[in-house]
Amino acid sequence: MRTILIIAGKEIRDGLRNRWVLATTLLLAGLALSLTFLGAAPSGATGAQPLDVVIVSLSSLTIFLLPLIALLIAHDAVVGEVERGTMLLLLSYPVGRSQVILGKFAGQVAVLGFATFVGYGAAAAALLASGAEIDATSWLAFAAMIGSSVLLGAAFVAIGQFISAASRDRGTAAGIAVGVWLVFVLIYDMGLLGLMVMDQGRTVTAPVLNALLLANPTDAYRLFNLTGFANVSQFAGMAGLAGSAAMSPSLLLGALGAWALAPLALATLAFSRREL
Amino acid sequence: MTATVALSGVGKRFRTVEAVRDVSFSLDEGEIVALVGHNGAGKTTLMKLMLGLIQPTAGSVRVLGEDPASGAFAARRRLGFLPESVSFNTALTGRETLAFYARLKGEPVGEALALLERVGLGAAGSRRVGTYSKGMRQRLGLAQALIGAPRVLLLDEPTTGLDPALRQSFYEILQELRGRGTTILLASHALSELEGETERVVIMNRGAMVADGSLAELRRLARLPVRVRLTAVGGLDGLAGRFADCGPLQRVNGHAVEIAVDDARKIEVVRRALADETRIEDIEVTPPSLDELYAHFLRSGEARP
Repeated sequence: MRTILIIAGKEIRDGLRNRWVLATTLLLAGLALSLTFLGAAPSGATGAQPLDVVIVSLSSLTIFLLPLIALLIAHDAVVGEVERGTMLLLLSYPVGRSQVILGKFAGQVAVLGFATFVGYGAAAAALLASGAEIDATSWLAFAAMIGSSVLLGAAFVAIGQFISAASRDRGTAAGIAVGVWLVFVLIYDMGLLGLMVMDQGRTVTAPVLNALLLANPTDAYRLFNLTGFANVSQFAGMAGLAGSAAMSPSLLLGALGAWALAPLALATLAFSRREL
Repeated sequence: MTATVALSGVGKRFRTVEAVRDVSFSLDEGEIVALVGHNGAGKTTLMKLMLGLIQPTAGSVRVLGEDPASGAFAARRRLGFLPESVSFNTALTGRETLAFYARLKGEPVGEALALLERVGLGAAGSRRVGTYSKGMRQRLGLAQALIGAPRVLLLDEPTTGLDPALRQSFYEILQELRGRGTTILLASHALSELEGETERVVIMNRGAMVADGSLAELRRLARLPVRVRLTAVGGLDGLAGRFADCGPLQRVNGHAVEIAVDDARKIEVVRRALADETRIEDIEVTPPSLDELYAHFLRSGEARP
């Protein structure tokens, strides 16, 4: 445990030094703030809670951005150190390979979590400062959004670690990471849509569709945030889906959690088999 | 003397490449041993095996009484390693780097930072490693290997990038550690560089061990000829003829010949030359150099099936 914390600490310090933390936080805060103020203009008359609008736009942003940032940080974690020659020295210390993976994972999730919390928190703070009234349910939905965003980030950090541990060189790892991002964020949903149109509901029944949605962490995240809270789902235009969706928020969160743990286990396995 | 590192019949195969085959030797406390071989001879593979980073495909490796690949870390805490062309995270400072490695070993950070002074990096400790020269990185590498007073030090090409003065202080540190009972294994591709620093040499060639012994023993085993150069006053008339039975003779110039003499006969040749006091002006006796010795063992290793 101590070793994992030492490695996580070094990962965080690395992130601070090479300005990953700063860049990510500024990027997320900048986008969150601009969405907050741009989004505030049309929502004024509808009576929707301003924070709920922010949740809808921010969670859509998160789906694109957070997996990308997570994969960018994580795809280099193992293969980069192996190529630079620092892994050989690290493993000559009393450090297990699984501890290296877990430590790097913890450190990178901490970096990502900090950036998300501060960046998105800035948006909420800006709303408060502009004098908007925000009720407790909106706060709860907002907190759930930040928490699940970090969980989504963790899932993609874990996927990135697996890619990194299994790839032969950094170029390959980067290529695979971009491919994984494209599949999960863009292609998967389009494919699913096409499948449903072609199938006309014959084999892709509701349970099958639910399973297919759980099989993609970004879909689990989307459903959790846009249907999980009634006030948000109304505004997101997902109220109908939320009513018929058979999946509880805890199931969706569980799926996200599984998406973080399974790749992490695979990363450990791949790394332990790697010859240095 | 107790053996700290013991290899018996060790072999390692990477898919189709046999990196190391049937290597057996053991290292004792307070011993400085040179592991010499060309690039690709298996030196680094042997070190990785001793570190437990890879598993042998044959034979067994014991370091400080443990199998290093077993996943138990007791032995690794007492082990220092300097990889070939060591590299560090360039964003951290020298002090941060050393503190990180000290924490991983569970050693007090303050003691580890004192090592920076020892390798002459005290002033550069607060600078980023990215700004270091190759020699400074090498010294930082040595400092991390020395954390926690290791009982076994594995150093892969440790003196590359060090200037003669630093090299001298590097060997002084090693001698001091040896005095305290540390086993030191130095891998190098040049034997001549290690002359005077090691008492024992293990020579590797293409994954096989071709020699193991002290320099004097290896010299005796190799039976390489001693070169005797005789310079004569005036011409060389008849000189060649009188020494023809001693060994292969070569004219250097109009005044000198060089004879490759068997070590046992060198005194005889010198006596004969002295007897000819009117004509021989100078006698120069050169024992085989370490590089010649090394080349000899590489050749004999290749001659084997």
